[in-house]
Amino acid sequence: MAGTRAARIDPDTVSWYEATARQRVRALVDPGSFREFLGPTERRMSPHLPLFDLPRAFDDGIVVGRADLDGGPVLIAAQEGRFMGGAFGEVHGGKLVGLLRAALELKPTAVLILFDTGGVRLQEANAGETAIAEAMRAIVDVRAAGIPVIGLIGGRAGCYGGGGLIAGTCSRLAVSEGGRISVSGPEVIETNKGAEEFDSRDRALVWRTMGGKHRRLIGGADAFCADTVAAFRHAALDLIRRAPTFDLATLDAEQARLESRIARFGECRDATDVWARLGVNDPEAVPAMDTRAFDETVSRVGDADHDAR
Amino acid sequence: MESLTFRHTTKTPLPGSVPSAITGVVASGNLEILLERVLPTDVCEVAIETPIAGYGDVWEAVVADFVARAQPGGLRISINDGGARPDTVSLRLLQGARLMEA
Repeated sequence: MAGTRAARIDPDTVSWYEATARQRVRALVDPGSFREFLGPTERRMSPHLPLFDLPRAFDDGIVVGRADLDGGPVLIAAQEGRFMGGAFGEVHGGKLVGLLRAALELKPTAVLILFDTGGVRLQEANAGETAIAEAMRAIVDVRAAGIPVIGLIGGRAGCYGGGGLIAGTCSRLAVSEGGRISVSGPEVIETNKGAEEFDSRDRALVWRTMGGKHRRLIGGADAFCADTVAAFRHAALDLIRRAPTFDLATLDAEQARLESRIARFGECRDATDVWARLGVNDPEAVPAMDTRAFDETVSRVGDADHDAR
Repeated sequence: MESLTFRHTTKTPLPGSVPSAITGVVASGNLEILLERVLPTDVCEVAIETPIAGYGDVWEAVVADFVARAQPGGLRISINDGGARPDTVSLRLLQGARLMEA
């Protein structure tokens, strides 16, 4: 509900990675403008978790509502990555889908999704999988109505499983170094294919393969942010302005972009091989680069920006 | 899951007029606390849902200490626990009361 209070934080200094979903939302939008739908006092909690003797959250791990961003009305959803890994359950997914459908009537400047999720909640998997599919369909409808859907990714759970699929349907994505985007997570790959295929404990490998810098360099994400709420706000405003039209030409361009990516990099064994083929002078140096040096590298690589998606 | 409810009488109402506040996250070793100003001004009720059974006396002591310190008259406090230690619970309760006072 609108009046529910939470501690304030300074957007310039607070770490996106460390902040809770509520702190991110409040610091991201114009001060005092956030109005929550189905807030914690309404207690829309999971009907399934008690069967497993698991604790519930008053908001089922997702905060949704309306706000102003630089004076323009936006709808916003933020997943809480620390509650059950930000996973999609029935209520959690229903709140995101409902928000997206509401966008068709409310016609905001944009819809912002603050992803922080490992994917579907296994204890309510059927409902979670359905929610993923419904969210993707709803995003397509929202984009077709001319409203950009912007994903912001920099939380501790990353953006995995169905969350990675939903992110793939967004108009534009912003990611930080700490953010990771993929479908199968490191442990899932290792469990199915063995540690020789992917060693989930090799953190450098995980970040090279799924981390924000790699996603930005290959055009999987459209902005790279320092780990502050202010950086994500700046990126969100910029991406709203340059979101692509959702039409056949954009989809054809996306298909061509993905085909050419497979053709160029399909043989690569490591992300550093991909970066070398992209023309990065010293691929080994990429993981240690600060935001400014990395932005310069991105600007010299042609594949990072495109009209597709 | 174990459900516990404690009801206390307070000497004073909690100052301020914030209708509700939430703090914390349901995660391992953490908890979320929802505070609502919906009760008579000399009553405070604390309802707890915890997956860790058998610690009712510890909860009772932590809640009694909080009520004595904060005098949170008028508040209904609901807790979803993720296995927080008593010191964490105590800090979160005081943090929540502070949010309601503004």
